[in-house]
Amino acid sequence: MKDRYEIILAGSGGQGLIVCGMMLGEAAILEGKNVVQTQSYGIASRGGFSKAEVIIDKEEIIYQQVIKPDMVLALTEEAMEIYASGYSDIPVFYDTTLLEAREGDNLYGFPFTEMARNLGHTGTANMIALGAMSAVTGLVKVASLESVIKKRFSGKVADMNIMALCSGVDLIAK
Amino acid sequence: MQREAKLIQGNQAIAEGAIYAGARFFAGYPITPSSEIAEECSRVMPRIGGVYMQMEDEIASMGAIVGASLTGAKSFTATSGPGFSLMQENLGFAVMAEVPCVVVNVQRSGPSTGLATKPAQSDIMQVRWGRHGDQAVIALSPSSVMECFTLTVEAFNLAERFRVPVILAADEIVAHMRENFTLPAPGEVKVFDRKKPSVNPDSYKPFEPGEDGIAPLAAYGSEYVFHVTSSMHGPEGFSNNSPANAAWKVAQLHKKIERYRDEIVITKTFDVEDMDVLLIAFGAVTRAARAAALEARKEGIKAGVLQLVTVWPFPDREIAELGKKAKTVVVPEMNYSGQVAGEVTRVLGPATDIRRVNKYNGQIITPGDILEEIKRGAKEVL
Repeated sequence: MKDRYEIILAGSGGQGLIVCGMMLGEAAILEGKNVVQTQSYGIASRGGFSKAEVIIDKEEIIYQQVIKPDMVLALTEEAMEIYASGYSDIPVFYDTTLLEAREGDNLYGFPFTEMARNLGHTGTANMIALGAMSAVTGLVKVASLESVIKKRFSGKVADMNIMALCSGVDLIAK
Repeated sequence: MQREAKLIQGNQAIAEGAIYAGARFFAGYPITPSSEIAEECSRVMPRIGGVYMQMEDEIASMGAIVGASLTGAKSFTATSGPGFSLMQENLGFAVMAEVPCVVVNVQRSGPSTGLATKPAQSDIMQVRWGRHGDQAVIALSPSSVMECFTLTVEAFNLAERFRVPVILAADEIVAHMRENFTLPAPGEVKVFDRKKPSVNPDSYKPFEPGEDGIAPLAAYGSEYVFHVTSSMHGPEGFSNNSPANAAWKVAQLHKKIERYRDEIVITKTFDVEDMDVLLIAFGAVTRAARAAALEARKEGIKAGVLQLVTVWPFPDREIAELGKKAKTVVVPEMNYSGQVAGEVTRVLGPATDIRRVNKYNGQIITPGDILEEIKRGAKEVL
Protein backbone atom coordinates (compact mmCIF):
# COMPACT_ATOMS: atom_id res chain seq x y z
CA MET A 1 0.00 0.00 0.00
CA LYS A 2 1.53 3.26 -1.15
CA ASP A 3 0.96 6.67 0.48
CA ARG A 4 -0.40 8.18 -2.71
CA TYR A 5 -2.26 6.85 -5.72
CA GLU A 6 -3.26 8.67 -8.89
CA ILE A 7 -5.88 6.80 -10.90
CA ILE A 8 -7.48 7.40 -14.30
CA LEU A 9 -10.80 5.77 -15.20
CA ALA A 10 -11.67 6.48 -18.82
CA GLY A 11 -14.24 5.40 -21.34
CA SER A 12 -17.56 6.72 -22.49
CA GLY A 13 -20.54 8.33 -20.79
CA GLY A 14 -22.95 5.80 -19.29
CA GLN A 15 -20.29 3.25 -18.31
CA GLY A 16 -20.40 4.37 -14.71
CA LEU A 17 -16.84 5.64 -14.55
CA ILE A 18 -17.62 8.71 -12.48
CA VAL A 19 -19.68 6.64 -10.01
CA CYS A 20 -16.80 4.18 -9.94
CA GLY A 21 -14.41 7.03 -9.07
CA MET A 22 -16.75 8.30 -6.39
CA MET A 23 -17.10 4.87 -4.78
CA LEU A 24 -13.36 4.34 -4.85
CA GLY A 25 -12.94 7.76 -3.22
CA GLU A 26 -15.55 7.01 -0.57
CA ALA A 27 -13.80 3.74 0.26
CA ALA A 28 -10.49 5.59 0.68
CA ILE A 29 -12.14 8.12 3.01
CA LEU A 30 -13.37 5.21 5.14
CA GLU A 31 -9.70 4.25 5.46
CA GLY A 32 -8.84 7.75 6.67
CA LYS A 33 -7.33 9.08 3.46
CA ASN A 34 -7.66 12.37 1.64
CA VAL A 35 -9.35 12.13 -1.72
CA VAL A 36 -9.84 14.37 -4.73
CA GLN A 37 -12.05 13.11 -7.52
CA THR A 38 -12.44 15.08 -10.74
CA GLN A 39 -14.16 14.41 -13.98
CA SER A 40 -14.04 15.54 -17.55
CA TYR A 41 -16.74 15.04 -20.09
CA GLY A 42 -18.30 16.58 -23.16
CA ILE A 43 -21.79 17.89 -23.74
CA ALA A 44 -23.24 14.42 -24.49
CA SER A 45 -24.22 12.58 -21.31
CA ARG A 46 -24.37 9.17 -22.98
CA GLY A 47 -21.87 7.77 -25.44
CA GLY A 48 -19.51 10.75 -25.40
CA PHE A 49 -16.01 10.67 -23.98
CA SER A 50 -15.87 10.50 -20.19
CA LYS A 51 -13.03 10.39 -17.70
CA ALA A 52 -12.85 10.28 -13.94
CA GLU A 53 -9.68 10.91 -11.98
CA VAL A 54 -9.10 9.92 -8.38
CA ILE A 55 -6.17 10.92 -6.19
CA ILE A 56 -5.80 9.22 -2.82
CA ASP A 57 -3.19 10.49 -0.38
CA LYS A 58 -2.30 10.36 3.31
CA GLU A 59 -1.33 14.05 3.06
CA GLU A 60 -3.06 17.13 1.69
CA ILE A 61 -3.70 16.91 -2.06
CA ILE A 62 -2.62 20.24 -3.53
CA TYR A 63 -2.96 19.96 -7.31
CA GLN A 64 -6.27 18.28 -8.04
CA GLN A 65 -5.49 16.52 -11.32
CA VAL A 66 -3.57 13.34 -12.09
CA ILE A 67 -0.10 14.14 -13.44
CA LYS A 68 1.37 10.65 -13.63
CA PRO A 69 -1.13 7.84 -13.11
CA ASP A 70 -0.32 4.83 -10.95
CA MET A 71 -3.00 2.84 -12.74
CA VAL A 72 -5.46 3.24 -15.58
CA LEU A 73 -8.82 1.66 -16.37
CA ALA A 74 -9.77 1.95 -20.05
CA LEU A 75 -13.22 0.95 -21.23
CA THR A 76 -13.00 2.16 -24.84
CA GLU A 77 -10.32 1.98 -27.54
CA GLU A 78 -10.07 5.78 -27.50
CA ALA A 79 -9.48 5.82 -23.73
CA MET A 80 -6.81 3.12 -24.12
CA GLU A 81 -5.09 5.13 -26.86
CA ILE A 82 -5.10 8.41 -24.92
CA TYR A 83 -4.41 7.30 -21.37
CA ALA A 84 -2.72 3.95 -21.43
CA SER A 85 -0.68 3.50 -24.60
CA GLY A 86 2.29 5.45 -23.23
CA TYR A 87 2.77 3.35 -20.11
CA SER A 88 4.48 0.02 -19.66
CA ASP A 89 5.36 0.42 -15.97
CA ILE A 90 1.91 0.82 -14.41
CA PRO A 91 -1.02 -1.60 -14.30
CA VAL A 92 -3.50 -0.89 -17.08
CA PHE A 93 -6.89 -2.56 -16.86
CA TYR A 94 -9.09 -2.82 -19.92
CA ASP A 95 -12.25 -4.52 -21.06
CA THR A 96 -11.73 -7.29 -23.60
CA THR A 97 -15.46 -7.33 -24.39
CA LEU A 98 -15.12 -3.83 -25.85
CA LEU A 99 -11.45 -3.56 -26.78
CA GLU A 100 -9.10 -5.71 -28.79
CA ALA A 101 -6.89 -7.88 -26.61
CA ARG A 102 -3.24 -6.82 -26.46
CA GLU A 103 0.00 -8.21 -25.04
CA GLY A 104 2.02 -6.65 -22.24
CA ASP A 105 3.23 -7.51 -18.75
CA ASN A 106 1.44 -4.51 -17.28
CA LEU A 107 -1.86 -5.15 -19.07
CA TYR A 108 -4.83 -6.69 -17.31
CA GLY A 109 -7.48 -7.41 -19.92
CA PHE A 110 -10.70 -9.01 -18.70
CA PRO A 111 -14.18 -9.24 -20.21
CA PHE A 112 -15.72 -6.93 -17.57
CA THR A 113 -18.82 -6.12 -19.62
CA GLU A 114 -19.51 -9.74 -20.60
CA MET A 115 -19.07 -10.86 -16.99
CA ALA A 116 -21.46 -8.12 -15.89
CA ARG A 117 -24.02 -9.22 -18.47
CA ASN A 118 -23.75 -12.79 -17.15
CA LEU A 119 -24.32 -11.48 -13.61
CA GLY A 120 -27.53 -9.88 -14.84
CA HIS A 121 -26.63 -6.23 -15.45
CA THR A 122 -23.97 -4.68 -17.72
CA GLY A 123 -24.00 -1.67 -15.38
CA THR A 124 -21.95 -3.65 -12.86
CA ALA A 125 -18.89 -3.86 -15.15
CA ASN A 126 -17.41 -0.90 -13.29
CA MET A 127 -17.61 -2.78 -9.97
CA ILE A 128 -15.96 -5.86 -11.46
CA ALA A 129 -13.14 -3.65 -12.74
CA LEU A 130 -12.83 -1.93 -9.35
CA GLY A 131 -12.57 -5.35 -7.66
CA ALA A 132 -9.79 -6.40 -10.02
CA MET A 133 -7.91 -3.11 -9.62
CA SER A 134 -8.05 -3.26 -5.84
CA ALA A 135 -6.92 -6.88 -5.81
CA VAL A 136 -3.88 -6.18 -8.00
CA THR A 137 -2.76 -2.94 -6.36
CA GLY A 138 -4.06 -2.96 -2.77
CA LEU A 139 -5.50 0.46 -3.53
CA VAL A 140 -8.31 0.12 -1.00
CA LYS A 141 -9.59 -2.82 1.00
CA VAL A 142 -12.37 -4.87 -0.59
CA ALA A 143 -14.25 -4.56 2.70
CA SER A 144 -14.22 -0.77 2.38
CA LEU A 145 -15.70 -1.01 -1.11
CA GLU A 146 -18.37 -3.39 0.23
CA SER A 147 -19.32 -0.85 2.91
CA VAL A 148 -19.59 1.86 0.27
CA ILE A 149 -21.82 -0.33 -1.91
CA LYS A 150 -24.07 -1.07 1.07
CA LYS A 151 -24.36 2.63 1.85
CA ARG A 152 -25.21 3.58 -1.70
CA PHE A 153 -27.50 0.69 -2.66
CA SER A 154 -29.90 -1.59 -0.88
CA GLY A 155 -31.48 -5.01 -1.40
CA LYS A 156 -30.86 -6.86 -4.64
CA VAL A 157 -28.95 -3.98 -6.24
CA ALA A 158 -26.47 -3.98 -3.36
CA ASP A 159 -26.15 -7.77 -3.57
CA MET A 160 -25.53 -7.67 -7.31
CA ASN A 161 -22.86 -4.98 -6.96
CA ILE A 162 -21.10 -6.89 -4.19
CA MET A 163 -21.23 -10.02 -6.31
CA ALA A 164 -19.70 -8.04 -9.19
CA LEU A 165 -16.99 -6.61 -6.92
CA CYS A 166 -16.09 -10.08 -5.61
CA SER A 167 -16.00 -11.59 -9.09
CA GLY A 168 -13.52 -8.86 -10.02
CA VAL A 169 -11.38 -9.71 -7.00
CA ASP A 170 -11.56 -13.42 -7.94
CA LEU A 171 -10.17 -12.69 -11.41
CA ILE A 172 -6.89 -11.82 -9.74
CA ALA A 173 -6.96 -14.27 -6.84
CA LYS A 174 -7.32 -17.21 -9.23
CA MET B 1 -21.64 12.53 17.76
CA GLN B 2 -18.58 12.24 15.53
CA ARG B 3 -19.25 14.19 12.33
CA GLU B 4 -18.59 11.99 9.39
CA ALA B 5 -16.31 12.87 6.47
CA LYS B 6 -18.05 12.49 3.15
CA LEU B 7 -16.95 12.76 -0.46
CA ILE B 8 -18.95 15.63 -1.89
CA GLN B 9 -18.85 17.88 -4.91
CA GLY B 10 -18.10 21.61 -4.82
CA ASN B 11 -21.59 22.37 -6.08
CA GLN B 12 -23.10 20.31 -3.26
CA ALA B 13 -20.89 22.11 -0.75
CA ILE B 14 -22.18 25.43 -2.09
CA ALA B 15 -25.78 24.27 -1.54
CA GLU B 16 -24.85 22.97 1.94
CA GLY B 17 -23.14 26.27 2.73
CA ALA B 18 -26.19 28.26 1.67
CA ILE B 19 -28.46 26.14 3.83
CA TYR B 20 -26.05 26.35 6.76
CA ALA B 21 -26.03 30.15 6.37
CA GLY B 22 -29.81 30.13 6.64
CA ALA B 23 -30.84 30.37 2.99
CA ARG B 24 -34.37 29.11 2.57
CA PHE B 25 -35.18 30.36 -0.91
CA PHE B 26 -33.59 29.24 -4.16
CA ALA B 27 -34.85 30.27 -7.57
CA GLY B 28 -32.95 29.25 -10.66
CA TYR B 29 -32.72 27.82 -14.11
CA PRO B 30 -30.29 24.89 -14.13
CA ILE B 31 -27.23 25.28 -16.36
CA THR B 32 -24.00 23.32 -16.64
CA PRO B 33 -21.72 23.43 -14.69
CA SER B 34 -23.87 24.76 -11.84
CA SER B 35 -26.88 22.42 -12.14
CA GLU B 36 -26.06 20.29 -9.11
CA ILE B 37 -26.68 23.32 -6.88
CA ALA B 38 -30.26 23.58 -8.17
CA GLU B 39 -30.60 19.80 -7.95
CA GLU B 40 -29.49 19.73 -4.31
CA CYS B 41 -31.78 22.65 -3.42
CA SER B 42 -34.76 21.01 -5.13
CA ARG B 43 -34.18 17.99 -2.92
CA VAL B 44 -33.37 19.69 0.38
CA MET B 45 -35.27 23.00 0.45
CA PRO B 46 -38.79 21.53 0.65
CA ARG B 47 -37.69 19.23 3.50
CA ILE B 48 -36.45 22.09 5.68
CA GLY B 49 -39.30 24.50 5.15
CA GLY B 50 -37.55 26.32 2.33
CA VAL B 51 -38.58 27.02 -1.23
CA TYR B 52 -37.10 25.74 -4.47
CA MET B 53 -38.47 27.53 -7.52
CA GLN B 54 -37.60 26.40 -11.02
CA MET B 55 -37.94 29.58 -13.09
CA GLU B 56 -38.49 30.11 -16.80
CA ASP B 57 -35.09 31.79 -17.20
CA GLU B 58 -32.30 33.55 -15.36
CA ILE B 59 -33.89 36.99 -15.63
CA ALA B 60 -36.84 35.71 -13.62
CA SER B 61 -34.58 33.76 -11.25
CA MET B 62 -32.74 36.91 -10.25
CA GLY B 63 -36.01 38.80 -9.88
CA ALA B 64 -37.41 36.06 -7.67
CA ILE B 65 -34.49 36.04 -5.26
CA VAL B 66 -34.61 39.83 -4.94
CA GLY B 67 -38.31 39.62 -4.11
CA ALA B 68 -37.81 36.77 -1.66
CA SER B 69 -35.02 38.61 0.12
CA LEU B 70 -37.22 41.67 0.57
CA THR B 71 -39.71 39.47 2.42
CA GLY B 72 -36.93 38.62 4.86
CA ALA B 73 -35.67 35.33 3.43
CA LYS B 74 -32.02 34.64 2.75
CA SER B 75 -32.15 33.88 -0.96
CA PHE B 76 -29.81 32.81 -3.72
CA THR B 77 -29.47 31.55 -7.24
CA ALA B 78 -26.80 29.66 -9.17
CA THR B 79 -25.86 29.86 -12.80
CA SER B 80 -23.04 29.98 -15.34
CA GLY B 81 -21.91 32.50 -17.99
CA PRO B 82 -24.96 32.65 -20.28
CA GLY B 83 -27.33 32.81 -17.31
CA PHE B 84 -25.12 35.25 -15.43
CA SER B 85 -25.33 37.60 -18.42
CA LEU B 86 -29.12 37.47 -18.25
CA MET B 87 -29.05 38.23 -14.53
CA GLN B 88 -27.16 41.49 -14.83
CA GLU B 89 -30.18 43.79 -15.07
CA ASN B 90 -31.85 42.51 -11.91
CA LEU B 91 -28.49 42.17 -10.19
CA GLY B 92 -28.12 45.90 -10.76
CA PHE B 93 -31.56 46.32 -9.21
CA ALA B 94 -30.34 44.47 -6.11
CA VAL B 95 -27.31 46.77 -5.92
CA MET B 96 -29.42 49.93 -6.22
CA ALA B 97 -32.20 48.73 -3.92
CA GLU B 98 -29.61 47.35 -1.46
CA VAL B 99 -31.11 43.86 -1.38
CA PRO B 100 -28.96 41.17 0.24
CA CYS B 101 -28.69 38.01 -1.87
CA VAL B 102 -26.10 35.61 -3.23
CA VAL B 103 -25.46 34.79 -6.88
CA VAL B 104 -23.27 31.79 -7.65
CA ASN B 105 -21.58 32.01 -11.04
CA VAL B 106 -19.80 28.75 -11.84
CA GLN B 107 -17.56 29.99 -14.62
CA ARG B 108 -17.31 27.99 -17.82
CA SER B 109 -15.57 28.62 -21.09
CA GLY B 110 -17.14 31.36 -23.26
CA PRO B 111 -17.93 33.73 -24.91
CA SER B 112 -21.65 33.03 -25.19
CA THR B 113 -22.52 29.36 -24.71
CA GLY B 114 -18.86 28.48 -25.42
CA LEU B 115 -17.67 25.15 -24.06
CA ALA B 116 -20.51 24.24 -21.72
CA THR B 117 -18.66 21.61 -19.69
CA LYS B 118 -15.22 23.21 -19.57
CA PRO B 119 -13.73 25.56 -16.98
CA ALA B 120 -12.70 29.21 -17.31
CA GLN B 121 -12.00 32.24 -15.14
CA SER B 122 -13.06 34.71 -17.77
CA ASP B 123 -16.01 36.40 -16.01
CA ILE B 124 -13.93 38.28 -13.44
CA MET B 125 -14.49 41.64 -15.13
CA GLN B 126 -18.14 40.82 -15.82
CA VAL B 127 -18.58 40.09 -12.12
CA ARG B 128 -17.15 43.55 -11.41
CA TRP B 129 -18.64 45.61 -14.22
CA GLY B 130 -21.38 43.51 -15.82
CA ARG B 131 -24.09 45.97 -14.91
CA HIS B 132 -24.39 49.57 -16.00
CA GLY B 133 -23.95 52.29 -13.45
CA ASP B 134 -21.40 53.04 -10.78
CA GLN B 135 -21.26 50.57 -7.95
CA ALA B 136 -19.07 48.55 -5.62
CA VAL B 137 -19.39 44.77 -5.61
CA ILE B 138 -18.22 41.87 -3.46
CA ALA B 139 -17.06 38.62 -5.07
CA LEU B 140 -15.35 35.56 -3.57
CA SER B 141 -13.65 32.70 -5.39
CA PRO B 142 -13.24 29.21 -3.85
CA SER B 143 -10.33 26.83 -4.58
CA SER B 144 -11.57 23.69 -2.82
CA VAL B 145 -14.74 21.89 -1.82
CA MET B 146 -14.33 23.11 1.76
CA GLU B 147 -13.95 26.70 0.53
CA CYS B 148 -17.07 26.22 -1.60
CA PHE B 149 -18.85 25.72 1.72
CA THR B 150 -17.11 28.33 3.87
CA LEU B 151 -17.14 31.04 1.20
CA THR B 152 -20.83 30.49 0.50
CA VAL B 153 -21.52 31.04 4.20
CA GLU B 154 -19.25 34.11 4.04
CA ALA B 155 -21.06 35.36 0.92
CA PHE B 156 -24.36 35.28 2.79
CA ASN B 157 -22.81 36.96 5.82
CA LEU B 158 -21.41 39.81 3.71
CA ALA B 159 -24.68 40.16 1.78
CA GLU B 160 -26.67 40.36 5.01
CA ARG B 161 -24.23 42.72 6.71
CA PHE B 162 -23.86 45.22 3.91
CA ARG B 163 -27.20 44.87 2.10
CA VAL B 164 -25.55 43.91 -1.17
CA PRO B 165 -25.69 41.09 -3.67
CA VAL B 166 -22.53 38.99 -3.26
CA ILE B 167 -21.19 36.92 -6.13
CA LEU B 168 -19.52 33.58 -5.55
CA ALA B 169 -17.25 33.38 -8.60
CA ALA B 170 -16.55 29.66 -8.66
CA ASP B 171 -15.24 27.74 -11.66
CA GLU B 172 -16.12 24.41 -13.25
CA ILE B 173 -13.10 22.74 -11.63
CA VAL B 174 -14.04 23.35 -7.99
CA ALA B 175 -17.74 23.01 -8.75
CA HIS B 176 -17.41 19.48 -10.14
CA MET B 177 -14.52 18.35 -7.97
CA ARG B 178 -15.21 15.98 -5.08
CA GLU B 179 -13.17 16.08 -1.87
CA ASN B 180 -13.39 15.02 1.76
CA PHE B 181 -15.92 17.21 3.48
CA THR B 182 -17.12 17.30 7.05
CA LEU B 183 -20.15 19.48 7.64
CA PRO B 184 -19.36 21.92 10.45
CA ALA B 185 -21.63 21.70 13.49
CA PRO B 186 -24.24 24.42 13.88
CA GLY B 187 -22.51 27.44 15.43
CA GLU B 188 -19.05 26.31 14.36
CA VAL B 189 -19.03 28.77 11.45
CA LYS B 190 -20.33 32.26 12.20
CA VAL B 191 -23.67 33.15 10.60
CA PHE B 192 -24.80 36.76 10.33
CA ASP B 193 -28.41 37.90 9.99
CA ARG B 194 -29.39 41.28 8.55
CA LYS B 195 -30.01 44.18 10.89
CA LYS B 196 -33.73 44.86 11.31
CA PRO B 197 -35.28 48.21 12.21
CA SER B 198 -36.12 48.91 15.84
CA VAL B 199 -37.85 52.24 15.26
CA ASN B 200 -41.58 52.85 15.12
CA PRO B 201 -42.91 51.66 11.71
CA ASP B 202 -44.09 55.20 10.95
CA SER B 203 -40.61 56.63 11.18
CA TYR B 204 -38.76 53.79 9.38
CA LYS B 205 -36.52 54.97 6.54
CA PRO B 206 -35.41 51.87 4.59
CA PHE B 207 -32.33 53.52 3.05
CA GLU B 208 -31.10 55.66 5.89
CA PRO B 209 -27.78 54.30 7.13
CA GLY B 210 -27.25 53.88 10.84
CA GLU B 211 -24.02 54.82 12.59
CA ASP B 212 -22.46 51.69 11.15
CA GLY B 213 -23.14 52.99 7.62
CA ILE B 214 -25.77 50.36 6.85
CA ALA B 215 -29.54 50.88 6.72
CA PRO B 216 -31.61 48.32 8.65
CA LEU B 217 -33.87 46.24 6.39
CA ALA B 218 -37.45 45.42 7.33
CA ALA B 219 -39.36 42.56 5.73
CA TYR B 220 -42.25 42.98 3.32
CA GLY B 221 -45.36 41.68 4.99
CA SER B 222 -44.30 42.94 8.42
CA GLU B 223 -45.70 46.05 10.14
CA TYR B 224 -43.07 48.07 8.25
CA VAL B 225 -44.50 49.27 4.95
CA PHE B 226 -41.91 50.68 2.59
CA HIS B 227 -41.20 51.50 -1.02
CA VAL B 228 -38.38 50.03 -3.09
CA THR B 229 -37.41 51.39 -6.49
CA SER B 230 -34.50 50.91 -8.86
CA SER B 231 -34.62 54.60 -9.72
CA MET B 232 -32.72 57.17 -7.72
CA HIS B 233 -34.27 57.38 -4.27
CA GLY B 234 -33.78 59.10 -0.97
CA PRO B 235 -33.42 57.57 2.51
CA GLU B 236 -37.20 57.09 2.77
CA GLY B 237 -37.24 55.02 -0.46
CA PHE B 238 -39.15 57.41 -2.68
CA SER B 239 -37.99 58.87 -5.95
CA ASN B 240 -35.57 61.77 -5.52
CA ASN B 241 -33.73 63.14 -8.52
CA SER B 242 -31.89 66.02 -6.89
CA PRO B 243 -28.15 66.18 -7.60
CA ALA B 244 -27.41 66.22 -3.89
CA ASN B 245 -29.42 63.05 -3.32
CA ALA B 246 -27.93 61.27 -6.35
CA ALA B 247 -24.42 62.09 -5.12
CA TRP B 248 -25.27 60.83 -1.64
CA LYS B 249 -26.82 57.57 -2.90
CA VAL B 250 -24.06 56.63 -5.35
CA ALA B 251 -21.44 57.42 -2.72
CA GLN B 252 -23.37 55.39 -0.14
CA LEU B 253 -23.33 52.31 -2.41
CA HIS B 254 -19.53 52.55 -2.46
CA LYS B 255 -18.83 53.79 1.05
CA LYS B 256 -20.61 50.98 2.86
CA ILE B 257 -18.16 48.56 1.21
CA GLU B 258 -15.05 50.78 1.38
CA ARG B 259 -15.49 51.37 5.10
CA TYR B 260 -15.33 47.64 5.84
CA ARG B 261 -12.83 46.80 3.11
CA ASP B 262 -10.38 45.13 5.52
CA GLU B 263 -13.06 42.78 6.80
CA ILE B 264 -14.27 41.94 3.30
CA VAL B 265 -10.92 41.29 1.63
CA ILE B 266 -9.68 37.79 2.40
CA THR B 267 -6.37 36.45 1.10
CA LYS B 268 -4.23 33.45 1.93
CA THR B 269 -0.48 33.12 1.58
CA PHE B 270 1.76 30.10 1.10
CA ASP B 271 5.54 30.29 1.58
CA VAL B 272 5.84 34.03 0.93
CA GLU B 273 8.22 34.91 3.78
CA ASP B 274 11.41 34.52 1.79
CA MET B 275 10.07 34.46 -1.76
CA ASP B 276 11.63 35.99 -4.85
CA VAL B 277 8.84 34.86 -7.16
CA LEU B 278 5.28 35.73 -6.18
CA LEU B 279 2.44 33.78 -7.76
CA ILE B 280 -0.95 35.48 -7.56
CA ALA B 281 -3.83 33.09 -8.15
CA PHE B 282 -7.51 32.63 -7.40
CA GLY B 283 -10.09 29.86 -7.67
CA ALA B 284 -9.02 26.35 -8.61
CA VAL B 285 -5.85 27.62 -10.29
CA THR B 286 -4.51 28.42 -6.80
CA ARG B 287 -3.85 24.70 -6.46
CA ALA B 288 -1.73 24.50 -9.61
CA ALA B 289 0.13 27.62 -8.42
CA ARG B 290 0.86 26.09 -5.02
CA ALA B 291 2.08 22.86 -6.62
CA ALA B 292 4.25 24.86 -9.05
CA ALA B 293 5.74 26.93 -6.20
CA LEU B 294 6.68 23.75 -4.32
CA GLU B 295 8.31 22.33 -7.47
CA ALA B 296 10.20 25.59 -8.01
CA ARG B 297 11.56 25.42 -4.45
CA LYS B 298 12.86 21.91 -5.15
CA GLU B 299 14.82 23.50 -7.98
CA GLY B 300 16.18 26.26 -5.76
CA ILE B 301 13.79 29.05 -6.80
CA LYS B 302 12.06 30.66 -3.85
CA ALA B 303 8.45 30.94 -4.92
CA GLY B 304 5.38 31.75 -2.83
CA VAL B 305 1.67 32.08 -3.50
CA LEU B 306 -0.88 34.77 -2.72
CA GLN B 307 -4.43 33.43 -3.09
CA LEU B 308 -7.08 36.04 -3.77
CA VAL B 309 -10.03 34.56 -1.89
CA THR B 310 -11.86 37.85 -2.29
CA VAL B 311 -11.50 39.00 -5.89
CA TRP B 312 -13.68 42.14 -5.48
CA PRO B 313 -12.98 44.52 -3.85
CA PHE B 314 -9.58 43.85 -5.38
CA PRO B 315 -6.91 43.06 -2.75
CA ASP B 316 -4.75 46.05 -3.75
CA ARG B 317 -3.00 46.48 -0.42
CA GLU B 318 -2.15 42.82 0.04
CA ILE B 319 -0.77 42.63 -3.50
CA ALA B 320 1.19 45.88 -3.12
CA GLU B 321 2.76 44.72 0.13
CA LEU B 322 3.94 41.36 -1.18
CA GLY B 323 4.60 42.62 -4.69
CA LYS B 324 7.26 45.04 -3.54
CA LYS B 325 9.18 42.18 -1.92
CA ALA B 326 9.07 40.02 -5.05
CA LYS B 327 11.55 40.19 -7.91
CA THR B 328 9.01 38.84 -10.35
CA VAL B 329 5.26 38.22 -10.20
CA VAL B 330 3.45 35.47 -12.10
CA VAL B 331 -0.33 35.58 -12.59
CA PRO B 332 -1.87 32.36 -13.93
CA GLU B 333 -5.53 32.53 -14.94
CA MET B 334 -7.91 30.72 -17.27
CA ASN B 335 -8.64 33.57 -19.67
CA TYR B 336 -6.91 35.19 -22.65
CA SER B 337 -6.91 38.80 -21.62
CA GLY B 338 -5.34 38.53 -18.17
CA GLN B 339 -8.30 40.03 -16.33
CA VAL B 340 -6.62 39.74 -12.93
CA ALA B 341 -3.08 40.29 -14.28
CA GLY B 342 -4.27 43.66 -15.58
CA GLU B 343 -5.43 44.63 -12.10
CA VAL B 344 -2.15 43.40 -10.61
CA THR B 345 -0.32 45.64 -13.10
CA ARG B 346 -2.51 48.57 -12.07
CA VAL B 347 -1.55 47.95 -8.42
CA LEU B 348 2.16 47.23 -8.84
CA GLY B 349 2.87 49.60 -11.69
CA PRO B 350 4.39 49.04 -15.11
CA ALA B 351 7.93 48.88 -13.73
CA THR B 352 7.26 45.60 -11.95
CA ASP B 353 8.15 42.39 -13.76
CA ILE B 354 4.70 40.81 -14.17
CA ARG B 355 4.32 37.60 -16.13
CA ARG B 356 1.11 36.09 -17.36
CA VAL B 357 0.17 32.45 -17.75
CA ASN B 358 -3.12 32.22 -19.63
CA LYS B 359 -5.10 29.24 -20.84
CA TYR B 360 -8.35 29.73 -22.70
CA ASN B 361 -8.98 26.43 -24.49
CA GLY B 362 -11.16 24.81 -21.83
CA GLN B 363 -8.15 22.92 -20.45
CA ILE B 364 -6.89 23.27 -16.90
CA ILE B 365 -3.72 25.22 -16.10
CA THR B 366 -1.17 22.70 -14.82
CA PRO B 367 1.69 23.18 -12.35
CA GLY B 368 3.97 22.54 -15.34
CA ASP B 369 2.52 25.50 -17.26
CA ILE B 370 3.23 27.79 -14.31
CA LEU B 371 6.63 26.29 -13.48
CA GLU B 372 7.81 27.02 -16.99
CA GLU B 373 7.08 30.74 -16.51
CA ILE B 374 8.63 30.73 -13.02
CA LYS B 375 11.84 29.32 -14.46
CA ARG B 376 11.84 31.81 -17.33
CA GLY B 377 11.32 34.62 -14.81
CA ALA B 378 14.07 33.31 -12.54
CA LYS B 379 16.47 33.16 -15.47
CA GLU B 380 15.69 36.64 -16.70
CA VAL B 381 15.27 38.54 -13.44
CA LEU B 382 16.91 36.73 -10.50
